[in-house]
Amino acid sequence: MADSVIATVIDIASWIIPIVDLSLEKSSKYKMSDVLEIVDLHVNVEGKEILRGVNLKITRGETHALMGPNGSGKSTLGLVLMGHPNYEVTQGDIKLNGESILEDSADERARAGIFLAFQRPVAIPGVKMADFLRHATTNTRFPDRKEGEDLMPMKDFRKELKDNMSQLKMDMEFARRYVNDGFSGGEMKRAEILQLAMLQPKFAILDETDSGLDADAVRLASQSIAEIGGDRMGLLIITHHDKLLEHNPPQYTHVILGGRIVETGGKELAEELHRSGYQRIRDQHPEAAAVNDTNAEKEEVAGV
Amino acid sequence: MASPEIIENEENVVGDINKYDFRTETKSVFRARKGIDAEIVNQISDMKNEPDWMREFRLHALDVFNSKPMPKWGGDIELDFQDIYYYIKPTEQQGRTWDDVPQEIKDTFEKLGIPEAERKYLAGVKAQFESEVIYGSLKEDLAEKGVIFTDTDTAVREHPELLREYFGKIIPTEDNKFSALNSAVWSGGSFIYVPKGVKIDFPLQAYFRINEENMGQFERTLIIVDEGAQVHYVEGCTAPMYTSESLHSAVVEVMVKRGGRCRYTTIQNWANNIYNLVTKRAHAYGDATMEWVDGNLGSQLTMKYPAVHMMEPGARGEILSIAFAGKGQHQDAGAKLVHMAPNTTGQIISKSISKNGGRSSYRGLARVEQGATGSRCNVVCDALILDDTSRSDTYPYIEILEQDVSIGHEASVSRIGEEQMFYLTSRGLTEAEASTMIVNGFIEPLVKELPMEYAVELNRLIQLQMEGSVG
Repeated sequence: MADSVIATVIDIASWIIPIVDLSLEKSSKYKMSDVLEIVDLHVNVEGKEILRGVNLKITRGETHALMGPNGSGKSTLGLVLMGHPNYEVTQGDIKLNGESILEDSADERARAGIFLAFQRPVAIPGVKMADFLRHATTNTRFPDRKEGEDLMPMKDFRKELKDNMSQLKMDMEFARRYVNDGFSGGEMKRAEILQLAMLQPKFAILDETDSGLDADAVRLASQSIAEIGGDRMGLLIITHHDKLLEHNPPQYTHVILGGRIVETGGKELAEELHRSGYQRIRDQHPEAAAVNDTNAEKEEVAGV
Repeated sequence: MASPEIIENEENVVGDINKYDFRTETKSVFRARKGIDAEIVNQISDMKNEPDWMREFRLHALDVFNSKPMPKWGGDIELDFQDIYYYIKPTEQQGRTWDDVPQEIKDTFEKLGIPEAERKYLAGVKAQFESEVIYGSLKEDLAEKGVIFTDTDTAVREHPELLREYFGKIIPTEDNKFSALNSAVWSGGSFIYVPKGVKIDFPLQAYFRINEENMGQFERTLIIVDEGAQVHYVEGCTAPMYTSESLHSAVVEVMVKRGGRCRYTTIQNWANNIYNLVTKRAHAYGDATMEWVDGNLGSQLTMKYPAVHMMEPGARGEILSIAFAGKGQHQDAGAKLVHMAPNTTGQIISKSISKNGGRSSYRGLARVEQGATGSRCNVVCDALILDDTSRSDTYPYIEILEQDVSIGHEASVSRIGEEQMFYLTSRGLTEAEASTMIVNGFIEPLVKELPMEYAVELNRLIQLQMEGSVG
């Protein structure tokens, strides 16, 4: 008995040390070799082709902005990267460090280091944020954990949660609330950012994390994302706003239209789109614009 | 976790396991033959050296039992009443070794891992070993306050006047076929009396077990909470798996006098072949509060509807009920509130979960008698269905004989949402972990009413049910 306890302690200790290292090393550039690559991705939803050949390569440490009008397939791309079961990949591949993750379930992708901040997170009544986060944090930090094995030590978890919540100006009471249950729009988005901070993924897709927020809240979100993600994650920021990009200047801005990335530029492209809209892009890509309009109408009819 | 071999050397862990005492090699000093008739009932009364009034009570109940038809509603009951042992008196606990315990039971113990910490909360622990309560303890300070906490057989001998005043008064023998059966062959159960103004601020607990195959367990519990007194009684049950039918049919009567308060918490986890047919009823007098917290897991069929009759103005009745129906199980559970006086308040919260072809039914009564003006009654029942093969039904009976009352009834049936599953799995939880988390969230409003150690145990039981490794 005693031996096995000691063995367990040592076992846990060997896992904790890398966590501590991770949280101390905020500014360092490490493991920049991680690459998330989307190759000629075609995706159907309910028999309708929404993505029509997307190519995108994100190296850890880079920030990419993804912009596009309604119906362009932005949110679909986020959900398909995370492994939503309703999205059918008909062609192409998604690779993490050169290996396809298409066959991986959502939880396997999460444990491989992929994260999606949802545009509309669902409520899980009766499940406390803290319980959910401890479970999620343990599983993503220790991808080899088997079901039923111990979760990360409560003490370590609490400290980290407290630190992250105070950084996000969240009251600790928030941790005792039920996941997304009765949250305001702003609370939901902050809860998503809190999860990003706790799970520390390699790659994060932020799907309109600014929508529904007022200007101050967007600024706080933008700062927080910069502090959490900064140069330590590969970020794909899906947004209409350029405010969210304020503290996260993208190295690359991609414009998606009709299920294809039709143009890629730098920070200045995001600024241009914010200033002048998508008309220039539409004029240059009439075929994609036509597809986009059809899909956008369908979205409206479906109430998406 | 430690392996069973290691547990054998751990005194405290063995202590926990003893609580359940599954399938112990018992040496019975007396076992009535199978079946039920006047001879058997007389034998039981003889063995217990009972006063004549109790013998007559039993024999009358036997007649009532024989004359009543089987209930036509609820679940399917296929029982041969003549193929059941109704009374076994064990001698003493035999020296059982860990090796005698079947592996699946060991696994269950290990997974349950009842925390040692719970012991310090135990006020008087009573364990029912087959039909007779053979050991128990009661904290001295309780005895000093005049609190009686004993098994019901002892109470017949030692507190005859008190017991006789209430025994069979709240649930008459004639109430239903199974209350009559219990009245004829009852054995064991708890008797609690809390004197005027005495408030017991820690839960009194009891553990009940069925040990012998084909052995019915017919415990009889009577709780009397005197004026302004307060008690929380907790009953937890586990039972091992057997191959042939077994019957559990208890009667629980509770009397809460003016200004008193009683909470009765049950978490039951029966083996899959057990019929669990229980009658529970409380009378709450002026400004008194009665709360039933009732968790039903396992069994082949459970029919149980804890009731509160609010007898005088200001009485309150509250029933929290949770049922988990797995493969081959039917949980027909619910609650009854009867408002018999003005300004009484009742609430029912029922939660059921059906999985792997399990069936759960909510069956509840809300009745407001004439003259019970200003009464309020609220019923909420939520069902969660985990797959396409499982089933949930709601049978609400609402009988309102008075105008000036407020009645609310809400019912919902839901399935675990695809989007909820995706959200949780996208955070690294496996599908099994995610669905367990959703189920635990669903019952959280009830779990948070439980004493800590029972909340932990219930969550573990649910987790085991979700894994399909128990029940």
